[in-house]
Amino acid sequence: MSRGMEVVHPYIPNSVPEVKEQMLRDVGAESVDDFYEDVPESLRLREPMKLPRPFLSEYALKRHVEGILSSNRTCGEYLNFLGAGCYQHHVPAVCDEVNQRGEFLTAYAGEPYDDHGRFQTLFEYASMMGELLNMDVVNVPTYDGYQAAATSIRMAARITQRRQVLVAENINPDKLSKIRDYCKPELEIELVGYDQKTGALDLAALEGSISERTAAIFLENPCYLGVVETHGDEISRLAHEHAAICIVSVDPISLGVLTPPADYGADIVCGDLQPLGMHMQFGGGQAGFIATRDEERYVMEYPSRLFGIAPTRVKGEYGFGDVAYERTSFAVREAGKEWVGTAAALWGITAGVYLALMGPQGMAEIGEGILLRSRYAMMEMGKLRGVEGPVFEGPHFKEFVVNFDGTGKSVPEINEGLLSRGIFGGKDLTVEFPQLGSSALYCVTEVHTMEDIDTLVSALREVVE
Amino acid sequence: MEDIRSHRYENGKPRLRRFHQARWDEPIIFELSRGGQRGILVPEVEEEIRLQVGDPMAGLPPFMRRGELPGLPELSQPQVLRHYVRLSQENLGTDLNIDVGQGTCTMKYSPKINEQLAGMPKVADVHPLQDEDTVQGILEVMYRFEEMLKEISGLDRFSLQPRAGSAAIYTNVSIIRAYHETRGEADQRDEIITTIFSHPSNGACAKTAGYKVVTLYPDEDGYPDLDALKAAVSERTAGLLITNPEDTGIFNPKIEKFVEVVHDAGGLCCYDQANANGILGITRAREADFDLCHFNLHKTFSAPHGCGGPAVGATGVRESLAKFLPVPVIEFDGSKYRLNYDLPYSIGKIGPFYGVASVVVKAYAWAMSLGAEGLREVARTAVLNNNYLLKKVLEIPGASAPYAKGKRRIEQVRYSWEDLSAETGVHSEELGLRAVDFGVHYWTSHHPFVVPEPCTLEPTESYSKDELDEYAAILAHVAEEARTDPEMVKTAPHNSTIHTIDHTPLDDPAQWAVTWRAYKRKVEEESK
Repeated sequence: MSRGMEVVHPYIPNSVPEVKEQMLRDVGAESVDDFYEDVPESLRLREPMKLPRPFLSEYALKRHVEGILSSNRTCGEYLNFLGAGCYQHHVPAVCDEVNQRGEFLTAYAGEPYDDHGRFQTLFEYASMMGELLNMDVVNVPTYDGYQAAATSIRMAARITQRRQVLVAENINPDKLSKIRDYCKPELEIELVGYDQKTGALDLAALEGSISERTAAIFLENPCYLGVVETHGDEISRLAHEHAAICIVSVDPISLGVLTPPADYGADIVCGDLQPLGMHMQFGGGQAGFIATRDEERYVMEYPSRLFGIAPTRVKGEYGFGDVAYERTSFAVREAGKEWVGTAAALWGITAGVYLALMGPQGMAEIGEGILLRSRYAMMEMGKLRGVEGPVFEGPHFKEFVVNFDGTGKSVPEINEGLLSRGIFGGKDLTVEFPQLGSSALYCVTEVHTMEDIDTLVSALREVVE
Repeated sequence: MEDIRSHRYENGKPRLRRFHQARWDEPIIFELSRGGQRGILVPEVEEEIRLQVGDPMAGLPPFMRRGELPGLPELSQPQVLRHYVRLSQENLGTDLNIDVGQGTCTMKYSPKINEQLAGMPKVADVHPLQDEDTVQGILEVMYRFEEMLKEISGLDRFSLQPRAGSAAIYTNVSIIRAYHETRGEADQRDEIITTIFSHPSNGACAKTAGYKVVTLYPDEDGYPDLDALKAAVSERTAGLLITNPEDTGIFNPKIEKFVEVVHDAGGLCCYDQANANGILGITRAREADFDLCHFNLHKTFSAPHGCGGPAVGATGVRESLAKFLPVPVIEFDGSKYRLNYDLPYSIGKIGPFYGVASVVVKAYAWAMSLGAEGLREVARTAVLNNNYLLKKVLEIPGASAPYAKGKRRIEQVRYSWEDLSAETGVHSEELGLRAVDFGVHYWTSHHPFVVPEPCTLEPTESYSKDELDEYAAILAHVAEEARTDPEMVKTAPHNSTIHTIDHTPLDDPAQWAVTWRAYKRKVEEESK
């Protein structure tokens, strides 16, 4: 590895001293320092950076990193009931196999010729999402569901040329924070309350707030608190009566059983792809989608790349390319719509693999299974003394709010008790939604067996009773 | 006995590869569907649960129950796998090609060990909201990596939350705005200055954040123009977003002065370090007195590009701006790592959770495999490789490297084929598509094409001298072909997966189709 003081690094082919010397001779330079002649002396680092000693061998590096990470506890080792935007679903092995292919993993911005595979897989991803969402246009993924929400809102504002946006108050508060930051320069965000009993949007409040100033109404379905919005049709009708746009953020894994928002009038549908084949990765598996009808006034407002199908000069050959590229910041810098850049394309490809594996039947079955399991968990938890679950009367999909006021215990106390029994309890809502008292957001998916749920319930019983 | 090798070399040099990319003529996945096939089965629900719950749809109003199943394709598992593996073969990542042709993007080697580490259940199967005691390992990696970035940049605090470079630029602009808000000058300071050879997202993010964008063009020699900057700054200046070295590979020797001029006008200076690969351990944001910066972990720090993400744009600031960072930031009290949300001046959340932790693990592992000396070696080798390739390319008749005549470059060069194009009528894009026939990618430039007939090459540290020779030989061959057989170049690619695309439908609302369903519908409508 090293000859005397000089290290020949395996990642750096030309770190062999003789090769370097030959290259320097070839270019007529005395030393690599010659190439830095434009860097003023005053800006040069005079001493080596103070960084930890490296682990030069791959084995030592592996031991070092594994050593640090070994203290993590995983959702395989513990029973996990956390959701709140990042979900534990089974990741099919084929999803990992495809997204670890070096051809996809290490590609970037090739032309539609050398990267035909990237274009076709992302076109197919959009096409399968289009079927799931019942919409004709789906973007190459943006960073995450928050960005998809914020961009959807700004698209709606550009389309309507209006400034006010109504946002359902039962939204993920972190997502709202992102939306506020992202809309700050141009838009006014106004919250619309929700029914404290059902958890659904307060229609009367919406009617009171909506006007000809309203660009869009934004809601999640299911909402952050787990409730399925059952007035989507009325909400979109109200929006359309005021020539406003209805934006719905949706959990894509619910759409084998729940009606896609387009069918109850949503004009822009967005959300996060993470449930569709991405590991949780401490929150690293997120990717945002935005979908609309195929109307020019909508398409032209996307900042994202849109990959379209096109013929080539050989009959019967599928080609692909950028649709309406001139709207992007790649083409026209700040004259484009927002911006486009690296985001989460690999997760788009992966979500495509997931949908291809699942097919229509798989999506229906997983949705039904989640509905059944989460309902069972709600029923069983609700039987515990002092535990109210679910808090809201509306229908739920995979998440639900459980209140512990009657137990006299705080959520952190309960979660500590569960943790000591090998369980990650639901997300504490005490700070985000103080009006809900000692409440937590629980998530149940297809990975939970009846035994898992029963284990949770008996552990909870021990902790609260 | 025939010496096969004698046909592979000419005058002692290897001949160009007789490359042909995979051409599977693969159908669209929907065309492979046959009703009833299954790609994976989902866990069955226990009978007991079904009995107790009853109709799972009972609580839903009829209109919320999906009537028709989604029209997804129905394939068996091996068919799905074969389809995607075939498509993967029709893609040319850094693992396959001499990927020096995608300048500005630092297409370096992404070590496989880092993929293994980031894919471990200890990273992959961890929920971001777990109790902090159960995620000390990943928090430690993030904290340690932040410490390294602080030393590499000289700045004081970092957020690893932005999910790519442009997201980091937007975050920086949000921080600039928050800073002026606290000083009561936000309304007055409505302009952001950038340069034409900085990434287009600098202008685009500033505009999205509501700023008027002032774009500076270079002086005659290609250097950012200090007089133009002096003329541009005023009491309206909120900040400067600038890359250095710029996308031309030219380092701005007056960068300190640039920062000073903007500071004197009351603005903040943000260093877009997308092109940091050639200056690691050489010069830093701190020495030039920048207030903010960002690094692309998927470029400089070796995390793979993933066809365009996931990624991380690590955002750094000086101490006085740390209070504006997105929440949470990671703190360490000597025994425990924790997520700190208590930043009253924070711009808030800019994305879910804490960014892409798996990318941070890869970047950390990469940096820890090199250390301070190794990172400097990365930079110096990348710069050597670039100047070596520069020499090779300039030996090709018709190629030039506009600006900074006679000077060296840092880690990349924006070349021009203006002379060759004037002589042959062949454009840079066409040269690039012909290069595809030899198994390499080639990119022109961001728009607008300030450099005529541009091509941007960035060799990084990851390619051997022989590989750089091969890339230059491909360019030389294609340039020569432009003279001797221009039709061959203009009709390229010939050895790729597909042939010349007809782009007309992609800009025609009546014909464009972003999904298969839209395509089928439009074809049917037109046939009526």
